[in-house]
Amino acid sequence: MISLHAVSKAYDGKVIVHNLTTSFHKEKIHILLGPSGSGKTTILRLIMGLIEPDTGEIQINDTIVSRQKHRDIASQIGYVIQESGLFPHLSAKENVTLVAKLRGWKKESIQKRLEELLRLVNLDNDSIRRYPQELSGGQRKRVSLMRALMLDPPYLLLDEPLGALDPIIRSELQAELKRIFSVLKKTVILVTHDINEAALFGDTISLFHQGAIIQQGTFEELCIKPTTTFVTQFIDAQKPPQNIRKFL
Amino acid sequence: MKYLTLMSFFLLFISQSFGQETRDKTIVVGSKTFTESYILAEIIAEVIEDVGEAKVERRFGLGGTGIVFTALETGEIDIYPEYTGTITEVIIKNPTITSVKDIREALANKNLIISESLGFNNTYAIALKRSTAEKLHIKTITDLMKHPGILVGFSHEFLKRNDGFPALEKAYGLNLTNVIGIQHGLAYTAIESGKIELTDIYSTDAKLTKFDLEILKDDHNFFPQYYAVLFARKKLAEEFPKTWHALQKLEGRIRDEKMQELNARAEIDKKTFQEVALEFRGELRKGTQSSFLKKLWEVSLEHLYLVMISLVAAIFIGVPLGIIATRYQLLGQAILLVSGLLQTIPSLALLCFLIPFFGIGTLPSLVALFLYGLLPIVRNTYSGIISLDPHYRETARALGLTHVEELRFVELPLASITLISGIKTSAVINVGTATLAALIGAGGYGKLIITGLALNDIPTILSGAIPAALMALVIHACFEVLDRIIIPKGIRL
Repeated sequence: MISLHAVSKAYDGKVIVHNLTTSFHKEKIHILLGPSGSGKTTILRLIMGLIEPDTGEIQINDTIVSRQKHRDIASQIGYVIQESGLFPHLSAKENVTLVAKLRGWKKESIQKRLEELLRLVNLDNDSIRRYPQELSGGQRKRVSLMRALMLDPPYLLLDEPLGALDPIIRSELQAELKRIFSVLKKTVILVTHDINEAALFGDTISLFHQGAIIQQGTFEELCIKPTTTFVTQFIDAQKPPQNIRKFL
Repeated sequence: MKYLTLMSFFLLFISQSFGQETRDKTIVVGSKTFTESYILAEIIAEVIEDVGEAKVERRFGLGGTGIVFTALETGEIDIYPEYTGTITEVIIKNPTITSVKDIREALANKNLIISESLGFNNTYAIALKRSTAEKLHIKTITDLMKHPGILVGFSHEFLKRNDGFPALEKAYGLNLTNVIGIQHGLAYTAIESGKIELTDIYSTDAKLTKFDLEILKDDHNFFPQYYAVLFARKKLAEEFPKTWHALQKLEGRIRDEKMQELNARAEIDKKTFQEVALEFRGELRKGTQSSFLKKLWEVSLEHLYLVMISLVAAIFIGVPLGIIATRYQLLGQAILLVSGLLQTIPSLALLCFLIPFFGIGTLPSLVALFLYGLLPIVRNTYSGIISLDPHYRETARALGLTHVEELRFVELPLASITLISGIKTSAVINVGTATLAALIGAGGYGKLIITGLALNDIPTILSGAIPAALMALVIHACFEVLDRIIIPKGIRL
C-alpha cells in the first residue's frame, strides 16, 4: 500500500499539493483525475522520491520514501513518465534493459524478460531494435511501459500514458492497457485528465482540484453523488455536446 | 577504473619522454629569433662540436631577451650570443655600465660570464627609404620633428624597451602620431609596399642595401653601443675549459661589414645558417644538412606531440572539471571563470610566465597548450550537460540509476555532440597556438615560421604555416570519423 499523510508541496510560493492524506490499496487501479495543474503529476514525483514534500510523509509498505534510495524505490515502482521519456541515444531494447543490466542481471535472464514483455505489450522483434525517433507514438508508449515493467515491480505509476496519440491508436491502446492491467494484477496509479479513460480503467477515482482531492470513489459514485458542483462541472465538460449525442 | 588506468599510462608516457633528456656532457646553445642571432649561435655550436668536449644541443629561435635570458639563468641553455647594450639595459638594468669589464663584475653574482666583443656594434638605428628621405629632406632623427605624421612601424621589442622608443621620443622630444608595432622581419615588406615609412633596424642589417634604406643620423648620440658578446654560464667555462678557450678565439673577429655580409648570405642569398657559419669558419666540412622532407617530418612529429599530449591532458582534466561545474553552482562558476581567464592571457605571455616553473622547451609548451585547451572542453562539457532536457535526468533517477550511472549512461552520451565539438575546437586552436611554442624552444612548425620571419623568407614561413593548417584540417577530419564512433547513433538520426 502507498499512503500519503498530510503532504504539502509548493513551488515558488504556489501551493501545488495541499495537506493531502490518502492511500492507494494493493492490486487496485487508482486514477488521479483532474484538470492540468491540479497537482496530479507532483503526487507521482513525490511517491517516486524525485522531489521531497515540504510537510507530511509518504510511505510505501510502511517505509518512508524520503529515507529510501532511488535504486530501492525503482525496484518497487515502475514509472511511465509523461511523453514516455525514452532516452534518444539508446535503442528501444537498450532503453528497456538498461536497469536490468546495471543491476547485473544475466544475459539470458534479460533476454527472457524482454521476450515476456514483448508478448505482453504486443510489440514485434524488429521495432525493439530501433531508436525512439524511428518508432511511432504508439510504439514508444509500449516501449516505455516495457521499461517500467522490466524489474517486475509490484507498483506501476503512469503519467498520461496515452496522451498525444491520435484517437484511433488511443482507443486501441486503451483496450490493450486494460488487458495488460488485468493480466499483471499490480497496484496501478494512473494520471489522466480524460474522464472516459478514468471510467474505463479505474477501481477508484480521485478527482483533483487545486492540489486537493475533491472527491474519491468509483465512477458511478462521482456521477450519481457528486460532493461539489466542481465534480459535476468536470464530468459534464467532457460529455459530447447535446445535439450530437444521438449520433454517437 | 578504466579512467585511472588510462591516466596512469598517460603520466608514465609523459614522464618517460622527459626522463630521456640527459644533460651530461651536453652544451645547450640558444639563439633569439633574428638572423644574426641564429648565425652567431650556429658558429658557437660548430666551434663547440669541433672541440669535442661536449655534445651540442641547439635551442635556436627563443622568443625575445626575456625568454632566452631566463633560460640561461635557469640553466636550460648554457650559452647564446647577446649584445652589451641589451645586457646593461634589460638584464642588469643599469645603462651607466658600458664596458665589458664592468658588465662582468655586475654579472659575477649571477654566475654568468661574457666574452670580449666579437668585433661589431649592432646598435639600433632608425631607417627609411632613401627616396622618402630625399623627398621629405630628412637626414637626422631631429628632422623627424618636422614630420610627426610619418608612418612608423617599430618592432615590438623596440617599442617596449626602456632604451627603445620611449627613451628616443623623450631624448629628441619627438611627437610621432602614427606608430604601430610590427614583427621585425615583416618591416621590410611593409616599408617596400609603403604601409610604413620608418622603422627601427639593426646597423648590421643585411637588407640595408637591398631595400635602399638610409640610416638617420643619431645626432644626439642617443643609441647605446651594442657590441656582440658570448653570454654564458660560468659553469661552461669551468667544466669545458678547452671549449671556452676556443670560443674566445672568436673575440674581435667579426667586424660590422663582415656581419652585414653574413646576414646577407642568409637573408638574400638564401643560404642556411649552417652554410653561412661554415663559410665564415672557412671550412669545407660537409654539413649534416638533412633533406627538407625529413626536417618537415621531424617538426610534424614535434608539433603533433605538442598538440596531442596537451589535448589528451586537457580532455582528462577538462571533462571532469566541466562535470563538477554542473554539480556545484558556485564552484562551477569559479571553474568557468578561471578557464575563461586563462584564455585571455596572450600566448607568448603565458609561455613566459611558465618558464620560471618549467624551464624552456617542451614541458612549459605542453602546460601552456593544456591550459589553452581547457576552456572549450570545460565549457562545452558544462553546457552540454546543463542544457539537457531535465526529463532525462528525472527518468534516470526514477529508473534508480546512481549519480555515476546517470552520468555515464545518460548525461555524457546525450551531451556527446557538444562535448566532442569542444574537444575539436580545442584541438584546432592548439594546432595554431603550438606554432608559438617554438619561441621557447619546443620545436614544431613554429620553428620554420620564426626562422622564415627572421629571414623574411616567405617560402620558409609557408613551409611551416601550410603544414600547420593541413594538420588542423586532418585533425578535424579525424574527429569527424570519431564522431561516428563516439556519438550514439540514436542522437545522430
